Amino acid sequence: MLHRESGVFKTSYAADMALYPLPIARWTVAAIVLLFTVVLPLSLHEYYLSVINLALIAVVGALGLNILVGYTGQISVGHAAFMSVGAYTAANLAVHLHLPFWVTLPAGGLMAALIGAIVGIPSLRIKGLYLAIATLAAQLIIEWVINHTPAISGGAQASIEVPRPTLLGYQIKTQGQLYYFLLFFAALATLATLNLVRSRIGRAFVAIRDQDIAAEIIGISIFRYKLLSFAISSFYAGVCGVLYTYYFGIANYEAFQIGVSIDYLAMIIIGGFGSVLGSIFGAVFVTMLPIAIRWIMEPLAGLFFGSGELSSIVASTRLVLFGCLIIFFLVVEPEGLNRLWRNVRNYFRTWPFSY
Amino acid sequence: MSRSSNWRMTAIAAGAVALMAGNAAAQDKELVFGLQCDRTGATQTVGVFLCPGYHDYISLVNSKGGIEGYKIRVLEIDHEYKVPPAMEAHERFKKEGAVLEGLYGTPQTAALTKKLEEDKILGTSPGFGTAAASDGKRYPYVFPIAASYWSQGAAAVAFAKKELGGNLKGKKIAYLFYDNPAGKEPLVILEDLAKSEGFDLRTFAVPAPGVEMAAQVLDITGRYRPDFVITHLFGRSPSVSIRELKSKGYPLSKVVSFVWGASEADIKAAGGYEVANGYHTIQFAGVGLDFQVIKDINAMYQAQGKPAPTAQEVSVFYNRGVMIAAIHTEAARAAIKAKDGTKPTSEDIKKGMESIKGFTLGGMVPPMEITELDHEGGGWVQVWTVKDGKLVKNGHWFQAYRDVINKHLAATN
Repeated sequence: MLHRESGVFKTSYAADMALYPLPIARWTVAAIVLLFTVVLPLSLHEYYLSVINLALIAVVGALGLNILVGYTGQISVGHAAFMSVGAYTAANLAVHLHLPFWVTLPAGGLMAALIGAIVGIPSLRIKGLYLAIATLAAQLIIEWVINHTPAISGGAQASIEVPRPTLLGYQIKTQGQLYYFLLFFAALATLATLNLVRSRIGRAFVAIRDQDIAAEIIGISIFRYKLLSFAISSFYAGVCGVLYTYYFGIANYEAFQIGVSIDYLAMIIIGGFGSVLGSIFGAVFVTMLPIAIRWIMEPLAGLFFGSGELSSIVASTRLVLFGCLIIFFLVVEPEGLNRLWRNVRNYFRTWPFSY
Repeated sequence: MSRSSNWRMTAIAAGAVALMAGNAAAQDKELVFGLQCDRTGATQTVGVFLCPGYHDYISLVNSKGGIEGYKIRVLEIDHEYKVPPAMEAHERFKKEGAVLEGLYGTPQTAALTKKLEEDKILGTSPGFGTAAASDGKRYPYVFPIAASYWSQGAAAVAFAKKELGGNLKGKKIAYLFYDNPAGKEPLVILEDLAKSEGFDLRTFAVPAPGVEMAAQVLDITGRYRPDFVITHLFGRSPSVSIRELKSKGYPLSKVVSFVWGASEADIKAAGGYEVANGYHTIQFAGVGLDFQVIKDINAMYQAQGKPAPTAQEVSVFYNRGVMIAAIHTEAARAAIKAKDGTKPTSEDIKKGMESIKGFTLGGMVPPMEITELDHEGGGWVQVWTVKDGKLVKNGHWFQAYRDVINKHLAATN
């Protein structure tokens, strides 16, 4: 409708490999960048930025989980545990060695990647539900180890307070400053994933997901790529954990329990397996929708109920409504929000002259 | 533009200005209290009783004209016991101009501690969060306003000492606890007291979710055979502990529970008052409906033609909600009085909170004294015992081993 895809010729390999070959896609990306770096932070109240901040952190974690579950086809219900590994690694480094965030952040990711690769070893022998149970065990073991090792957890409370991150001598502490901090890493994670999934490694992941025996026959080392997938996915989780730690100013494993793993699985199921955009949609949906439902319900229910009853009614109907919306979207499009978006886009591609 | 439309514009503008001014005047005489709650998450068994208590007390205050002429608007946000929504709730409260916040949940309190300090808004965390938060120097904007787990541990030992005839030398005490940070927190105090009081302490951890503890209880009753048992459990597990100890023949009159294993709901889930007869519970707010403030709340409902709130059936949690609301209100009252009736800021309310002393609400609130240094207010508790089908007061408000607690508080700095 808005643009033509014909007539875009590529005369170099670089142009052929560009992430966004169409001019309209480049313009869209430029507009999105402008929106997120200039328009939103300047026009929104700090409160709305804080909500976006939560979504940005979730985007990093959801992307990581989608690499493992969506692209490689290995199930994991231990994602939150890897976040706590990253969180405590970074917190210990920041507090005991006074390292800045640009050291602790990759360090947290790498430690999580290491633990993730170890947890991934059973995936070589077991699949599906059995692997889910193995990763569930990992979740519980990691929680237990942190809870019972004061050297990691920093004492009986199992929480380590970390100082705010500093950049060039400035403390990043208001929601607006944290917004840019988190946006940078969410954008970096998105860009890295986009490139990863169309690389040799990403194609190997997809081959393993679709048929692991066939993948092995065409020369893909299952051992190496399955563990690599676990490691990369856990790296994202670790970074996500570090971001949470800096955002809240504390590392606390109680914020990374089994329920959080399930939340992240919900994000990628709702968003769509095996898609970068789907991970983002899912993270935003699960983080922001319950909040948005409340924004709508509070004034609406306020017309009928007093303040005491209001809280109880809003809290429970919000949960029901959120559940119904998940079911609705999954019934409309079982492949997730990403597929829904693509259907809409494809419809308008030739509109109004579709044949 | 014609003359008539010009005139109309002016009228609309004037109307809008008048409306806004009216709004502003209403807001000038309004204080916003933020309340975080969990009515739908992991700890909903507490939240659905506690939070209505909070709202009811505030409605009572408003129905009597508010605090010194200021009406209170409570903004409650249900965070489902998840950590990220707690931050959203805090930012929302800040946007709406809340002067104080009621926090809910230990991980949520931990996650907001830094932000509260940066934004200079005080938060109260009764029964949640770290014991070290009673140190007002280290955590200036967090107020436990109720006995911490350290104070509860000390109180449990003092109670055991009283029950065992005033001497613990050579006695054996078992500590049955939920294996999480909150469960492990009182250990330092118990171990210290074991040394100074000369009793033998053995600990028995119950892993999450805490509904299976036959092995631990058998170990306690069959092998260790303690003179007293102190339990510190959450959620469903207190009722399981009551049932298990009872079925192994251990006398429940030699068991004392911390504050989260102390509600009517736990006793009912364990099989009723008959089964739990003799069970001791530590409380940081009064229990039962025999208080003037509860009668006032019910009278308020009656005047509106409504029945008394059903949340009162678990008075342990309901009363805690009332107590939290009452202390919030008192802090605001002190702040308004100190400023001669002008609208207080969160900073003023912090000072008001730090001046609370001798406010007992007819015996429902302990005689705590909150100061700039002691945000816990002295760690007062009361023991209530299951007797003849209800929870009965067992002695007065008391504090125990303050020197030991203060020593440990100083050591954490």
